[in-house]
Amino acid sequence: MDDALIPKGVKRCPLPQFLGAIAVVSAVLLWGVYAMLLCWFKGLNQTNMNNAYGFAMWIWADLAVIALGGGAFFTGLLKYIFGKDELKNIINFAVLLGFICYSSALLILGIDVGQPLRGWFIFWHANVHSMLTEVAFCLTCYFFVLCIEYLPLVLENRQIDRVPFFHNLSHNMHEIMAVFAATGAFLSFFHQGSLGGVAGVLFARPFGFREHILIWPFTFFLFTWSAAACGPCFTILITKITETISRKKLVKDNVVWLLAKIAGWMLLSYIFVKTIDTIYWATVTAPSKGFVLGHFYTDNAFYGYWILFLEIIVCGWVPAFLLVIRKTRENNKLLWIAVFLGALGAMVNRWVMVLQVLAIPVLPFEDWALYIPSWQEVATTILPVAYGIILVMISFRYMPIFPQEQELNPIEPPTPEEEPVATADTDESAEEKDPAAPEGDLQPAQA
Amino acid sequence: MLPFISFEWVSDTVHFVFHGALWYALSVLGMGMTYCIIKAAYDTAKGKGGGHH
Repeated sequence: MDDALIPKGVKRCPLPQFLGAIAVVSAVLLWGVYAMLLCWFKGLNQTNMNNAYGFAMWIWADLAVIALGGGAFFTGLLKYIFGKDELKNIINFAVLLGFICYSSALLILGIDVGQPLRGWFIFWHANVHSMLTEVAFCLTCYFFVLCIEYLPLVLENRQIDRVPFFHNLSHNMHEIMAVFAATGAFLSFFHQGSLGGVAGVLFARPFGFREHILIWPFTFFLFTWSAAACGPCFTILITKITETISRKKLVKDNVVWLLAKIAGWMLLSYIFVKTIDTIYWATVTAPSKGFVLGHFYTDNAFYGYWILFLEIIVCGWVPAFLLVIRKTRENNKLLWIAVFLGALGAMVNRWVMVLQVLAIPVLPFEDWALYIPSWQEVATTILPVAYGIILVMISFRYMPIFPQEQELNPIEPPTPEEEPVATADTDESAEEKDPAAPEGDLQPAQA
Repeated sequence: MLPFISFEWVSDTVHFVFHGALWYALSVLGMGMTYCIIKAAYDTAKGKGGGHH
């Protein structure tokens, strides 16, 4: 029924099966939309945020998806600026994931601000002394960049591409994509960094506070670095999941290994610096503010040393070594584990820097402030996940996301018995046959 | 956000650097897209682009 929209030379599941899957995910999406409407109409009393938690689950989700979406800017930087041309075979998917992540971040912010109709205030009445203003500027601009990078994919849909103007527009956008990619990298560097900088300048919260280089705390650089390291891990992880669900090889191993290798070295260098930063913070910075390390990890029901071990060792050093060493990188199971841990590492780091910071008591008479999100917060956080799955499904079905798919999954030529059915499939398939094809290619009945 | 229009605008270095970067990024994106659209219209008028890569 929708055959005419599906890219040439690839096979997709039947339309009813596709719509059934969309319907299942849409049920989750609608649950999130319901919770979102509750938050908008009834207000932020629908959440479990309080005086201790002005930033809560939404901000963690925001920072996490922005870090994971970092695969788009970093892969774009590698391909368009550093000339890693092999990555052209995965860049479309990285852009799609980046688009989903950043649009999700904006959606969550739209719920979090309570009055989204006043969202433009941050641009018009900008507080130029706030790192979050810079984040808002860069985030929005970078979302425009991702829209521009995603648009040619939409225009390359088989039917849209038949319109000469759209074909030319898509072609022209590809021609100057390096300019957009460079702008995107510039914007990403600053907003990823500023998100980290927010925690690093909190001198009244010694768990987050870090030493500075000029005006920038170490967390500024660590956040950008971790996004560049963990974002590609997330891109590979979702590529692997898509391959598993579609039961197809979509990207050649050498492309995945190249991206995994670069991500591995980025992760190794990041976790090395992060470890030094943590040791310096634990032995110099925090004690200078009157705190010992044990204060941040004891006397509460949830946060223990395990989270530090999880972030630095399990989700840092382990995946870094797995990705850097060729033998483990090229082992499919270990690659799965490494990219999963790499992506999880970014999420744990953002959790620590957003929520644990706020949980820790900073005054002698304070207790730990633990927080459990309300179901509305959980539903609105799952909402972008459902939206992302739907967009991946639609894009995969109707757009040439994976340029190597056709080569890796050749469609077998129809047997003579099937031929009459295949040729009668659509009128269009007959139209699209190359008129110059030699007559010897035809089956006897056609000849 | 804009000099002479926003009442809270202050003509200091911070405002010019901060907003200058925003305008710069928006200008690059705007000019880039404008170029692509105009060139696509021109190419189409010339008969280019038959819908095949």
